[in-house]
Amino acid sequence: MLSIRGLNYEVETEHGTLGILKNIDLDIETGRFVVITGPNGGGKTSLAKAIMGLVPATAESMTYNGTDIAGLDVTERAKLGISYGFQQPPRFKGMLVTDLLSIAAGRELTDGECCAFLTQVGLCTSDYQGREIDAGLSGGELKRIEIASLLARNASLMIFDEPEAGIDLWSFARLTETFRELHENSESTLIIISHQERIIRLSDEIILISGGEVTMSGPTEEIFPKIMNATVPGCAFLEDRK
Amino acid sequence: MNEIEKNLLAQVADLHEIPIGAYNIRRDGEAAGRNSTANIEITSKTDKPGIDIRIKPGTKNESVHIPVIITQSGYGETVYNDFFVGKDADVLIVAGCGIHNSGCDTSQHDGIHAFYLEEGARVRYVEKHYGEGDGTGGRIMNPTTLIYMQKNSYIELETVQIRGVDSTLRITHVEADEGCEVVITERLMTHGKQIADSEMEVDLNGADSRARITSRSVAQDESVQVFRPRVVGNAKCFGHVQCDTIIMGNAKVSSVPEIAANNVEAQLVHEAAIGRIAGDQLLKLMTLGLSKEEAEERIISGFLK
Repeated sequence: MLSIRGLNYEVETEHGTLGILKNIDLDIETGRFVVITGPNGGGKTSLAKAIMGLVPATAESMTYNGTDIAGLDVTERAKLGISYGFQQPPRFKGMLVTDLLSIAAGRELTDGECCAFLTQVGLCTSDYQGREIDAGLSGGELKRIEIASLLARNASLMIFDEPEAGIDLWSFARLTETFRELHENSESTLIIISHQERIIRLSDEIILISGGEVTMSGPTEEIFPKIMNATVPGCAFLEDRK
Repeated sequence: MNEIEKNLLAQVADLHEIPIGAYNIRRDGEAAGRNSTANIEITSKTDKPGIDIRIKPGTKNESVHIPVIITQSGYGETVYNDFFVGKDADVLIVAGCGIHNSGCDTSQHDGIHAFYLEEGARVRYVEKHYGEGDGTGGRIMNPTTLIYMQKNSYIELETVQIRGVDSTLRITHVEADEGCEVVITERLMTHGKQIADSEMEVDLNGADSRARITSRSVAQDESVQVFRPRVVGNAKCFGHVQCDTIIMGNAKVSSVPEIAANNVEAQLVHEAAIGRIAGDQLLKLMTLGLSKEEAEERIISGFLK
């Protein structure tokens, strides 16, 4: 279980201190499929990065499966079973796709194992196993390899940051199926930042983030109709909350 | 051979035993082993130190290993090796130099290699440089590679200097005739106060000749690197130069790729980039459970692979 109390993240700007995340409380049960959604700039990615330890957020408490992770760095959190798929994954000149998947898995993967992970994200293995993760890959290809790296990692908490961004329609269909299978067949907790109805509909819970705050959260069947009826998400939800 | 010598051979030529095919092993200026084959003849030069390697026309799928190892502190040499590659031959040549210096005097190897490729010949040339030893004496290697290519010949140079060479001046000069192709991949890592200077010129003299030069390097600590690859298009040709460097610590790197066209149909491109390891690269690997140091190591080893 991931439990967060009083999470704050601020950045200094030329206009003074800007609150990105404001006093966020959150509980996510093990094995749940949670979608974080909300308007652009609302704090979704910052929240995900704060859980992974990628931004210097502060919290009254942050525990994962009973362990206090607030003071842990990225590597330590990764070793506890938390993983994060970047919205804009980096490129690595010289590193092969298979190298990255093996690093993720923590051991040298066989061709067959790499093939299985790449197939899950809709990539034809023979085209990618010997490829470098460099500028020769398109944004969509890079994104799918990023997702495959999380599948190879097989962490107990997987956070995907807009996994659908930059991915074509056909691959997206395959990807949503992968998330569905992952949720059904593993005990991992899934947190997916997404705006896509097909992904949101797969989830157990929705957390709406707007203006750096959790403005709404609850079971998908309860929250989803409210999202669909909103015309201007941020304002409409805030109005609804009042 | 003792363990130090065996390790040097393994490092520079991947040799763990006597190689199959033609070979010449040079140890502290003396021949430590030589073998010619029916198609590849190795003979000593009579006017200066070095060997001539003559590869018969049509020789296919054969290899030549010519490693040099130096274990005497203070030993220095200049060696001239000439390769005559016959028409339509297709061979692998593995060179390389390893210096173990446990003394206080400088050890130095200057290797001057000249390749003469006849029409249609194909060569893959692998050269590794490596230094080790706990002495205070310097380990210096200055390779000069001269390549003269006749019509439709092909050469692929893979040069690697990973660790332990205090100073190097690498000079490469290629002259390519009609339909020739040159592929050069240079990988270099410097650390401490090491200095590496690479001067390269590829003259594309013949119609439809091609050159691809890729240089990847990592400069750590206080080391200094200078790259000056130059491609000259004297005919309808294609040339591409790419230099990428990861800079770390207080290192200094200068990368000056140059392209020069003397023919309106020459197509030449150059790219150069110097930068530190990107923060998001480190963070990505850390999210996969690597420490920052392990992440750096994986990024560097991948980059230089």
